[in-house]
Amino acid sequence: MLGRTANSLFWMFRYLERAENTARLLDAALRMALTRDVATAEAEWRSVIATLGLQAAYEAAHDGYDGLQVWNFVLRGASNPGNIRAMFGAVRSNARTARTNISSDVWEAVNDNWMKLDAMLARPVGQTAVGEVLGAIRRAGTQVHGAFEGSILRDEGYHFARAGTFIERADSTARILDMKYFLLLPSLSYVGSSLDTGQWEQVLRSVAGARVYSWLNAGQIEARGIVEFVVLDDRFPRSLAFCRNALRETLAALARMHGADGQCNALMRDADTRISHLTVDQIFEAGLHEFLIDFLARNAAIAHAIAQDYRFHA
Amino acid sequence: MHASSGNFDEMFDGGGHTRPAYAEYRRWYDEQPGEFLRRKNREADDAFRRTGITFNVYGENEAEERLIPFDMVPRIITAAEWRKLSRGIEQRVRALNSFLYDLYHRQEIVRAGRLPERLLRGNDAWLANMVGFTPPGGIYTHIVGIDLVRTGPDEFFVLEDNARTPSGVSYMLENRETMMGMFPDLFSRIAVESVSNYPRRLARSLAACAPPAFTGGKPTVAVLTPGIYNSAYFEHAFLADQMGAELVEGNDLRVVGGRVQMRTTLGYKPIDVLYRRVDDDYLDPLTFNPDSALGVPGIMDVYRAGGITIANAPGTGVADDKAIYSFMPEIVEFYTGEKPLLPNVQTWRCADKDALAYVLDNLAELVVKEVHGSGGYGMLIGPTSSKREIAAFREKLIARPDNYIAQPTLALSTCPIYTAKGLSPRHLDLRPFVLVSPEGIDITPGGLTRVALKKGSLVVNSSQGGGTKDTWVLKD
Repeated sequence: MLGRTANSLFWMFRYLERAENTARLLDAALRMALTRDVATAEAEWRSVIATLGLQAAYEAAHDGYDGLQVWNFVLRGASNPGNIRAMFGAVRSNARTARTNISSDVWEAVNDNWMKLDAMLARPVGQTAVGEVLGAIRRAGTQVHGAFEGSILRDEGYHFARAGTFIERADSTARILDMKYFLLLPSLSYVGSSLDTGQWEQVLRSVAGARVYSWLNAGQIEARGIVEFVVLDDRFPRSLAFCRNALRETLAALARMHGADGQCNALMRDADTRISHLTVDQIFEAGLHEFLIDFLARNAAIAHAIAQDYRFHA
Repeated sequence: MHASSGNFDEMFDGGGHTRPAYAEYRRWYDEQPGEFLRRKNREADDAFRRTGITFNVYGENEAEERLIPFDMVPRIITAAEWRKLSRGIEQRVRALNSFLYDLYHRQEIVRAGRLPERLLRGNDAWLANMVGFTPPGGIYTHIVGIDLVRTGPDEFFVLEDNARTPSGVSYMLENRETMMGMFPDLFSRIAVESVSNYPRRLARSLAACAPPAFTGGKPTVAVLTPGIYNSAYFEHAFLADQMGAELVEGNDLRVVGGRVQMRTTLGYKPIDVLYRRVDDDYLDPLTFNPDSALGVPGIMDVYRAGGITIANAPGTGVADDKAIYSFMPEIVEFYTGEKPLLPNVQTWRCADKDALAYVLDNLAELVVKEVHGSGGYGMLIGPTSSKREIAAFREKLIARPDNYIAQPTLALSTCPIYTAKGLSPRHLDLRPFVLVSPEGIDITPGGLTRVALKKGSLVVNSSQGGGTKDTWVLKD
């Protein structure tokens, strides 16, 4: 496979994942804003922008953190080049570039959803439409993944796509957790208390884990349990542990197919020795923020190494 | 439902009776409920949009993707008509290749006084560094599109030869797919020659032209595209996909160890045959346009040393020139020793004094074209132009007569298209696609039918609002 095509598959799935995760983040904030007072709602919208690393661009364009403004900025803001509409544009142009390496089913799922979303996001999204738009974004991800799993040859292309998915998902989950932890810092002097269970629940909602978590924990919402679930529970498909395992398998498969380990496999092993056998208490002891920063840096380094090892660029 | 007067209609004869080739289709059509046809017509557009069969149009701001309108009434050719046409096409394509070989070698045709030398010297597509070089297998035009028009039951003319990089074959294939998806019952009632193995034939044809450096096994074939913003990107990706070839861009390629190689995830890998959809000018910045980022620095040296096959060969565009076209009857006769089976459209070369005088006197009745023009740009259609347009064109013509040729305004045949008010005749042409390899000449039955959607219009080009139809060659 061409290095450029591998790059396109990798980024096609990174953008797809990013769009879906960003939609979940907005969805969780929307729910919070509807059920809480005005001040909490504003803080919630502020944290969405902060989690996405968009403060500077947002504040240059807008005054307050009003929901309508925030979601339009994130979904389609002209002053936000990384808006969801643009992400879908990038999913599609990467899919077009890799057209000869994806099935018609995958291409049509991408193209169909792009046409729908691009039309939905062509005009400002109002209060009554936002739920529908966010649902459509999530469904787009589901449909593309479904078509992909059901029709793609399990060769290197499959694994470049998976690598993109799990690099991006791990990145997103770690960022969401880090941002909430930062906002909740005062209450963490005694971990295990339930000072603001609503905020912690929000973490779960943002990673689509609220229902599963309460089913596993009989409705008990507390920080320690949630961090353990989101970081270490390898049964939960958006946890850091799950992403790590999936990425490890995929990088090992790529190494097998290419007949040699690359720099990315070495970095993966290195990262594994740092977090395997870690308990949630050890994470809190050393500092969750420090742990997440280290995780994000390693994740980014692995992504960079994949691009190098497999000649994504000339 | 009746033919418009004054020109040949493919479906109806002068008395408004359905011609035999269309009889079964007509019966089927009349059986379909109106609402069914209206719904299918809407669905066709959606199907093309969903599968991404689009071409890009460059507006003022950003590239816009558009559909080439598809008309669901097929254009039907009988087996006997096709046999005759394909013999003529084969003869012409054979002559074209011999002609190109001769032009870049001894130029016998010029020595024999049958073609003026100035036509070569003044030709932008002429490539001096192809002189004395023979492409692998001796093939210049691996893929040719011959544009045909019809004016009567037995009157087919060649309007244009596309020896450079003919496009549109993906529409031929997708139109058939779409028709079979929409109206499967039609194909069980009427026996139509299949077109679907074109990509396989193309792959085989290209593989048969491997260069001297090819080391055995299966030749590596790649399609070179300018990228996703090119107007024909869909076709490039489609053909690569269907052939099982890599779809490469200039920055994937590099000359390594005397071969053109592509950057794969495992390192650089040599390409044997490059089906390029990039113009000569952009192919090699070291030889041609130094600003080109679409090509491969050094590819021409590799080519000349036998390290790669380029399809079509650089320099074949010479034959697309409309002044050369006007000599095609002589060219066919010179290289085949036979009379041309397919006639040219009568053509006045404005470079000749007498011809120019005639053309200037008759501008309102003629079609005048630039010799290097394509895509329907830069031409005058006398009968549909205003006095002012004709006057403006007259000045251009007087300033540079050798830049133009003129032809009579042909009464192109029509075929009905589907409209909200039922069938309505529109003018059309036909571009059959021809594959040339050392194993022979291979013509896919039918080709791409382009149709002017505006009533009375004679311009069928997609860039000028034309559409396409599925083209059927009936089985005997």
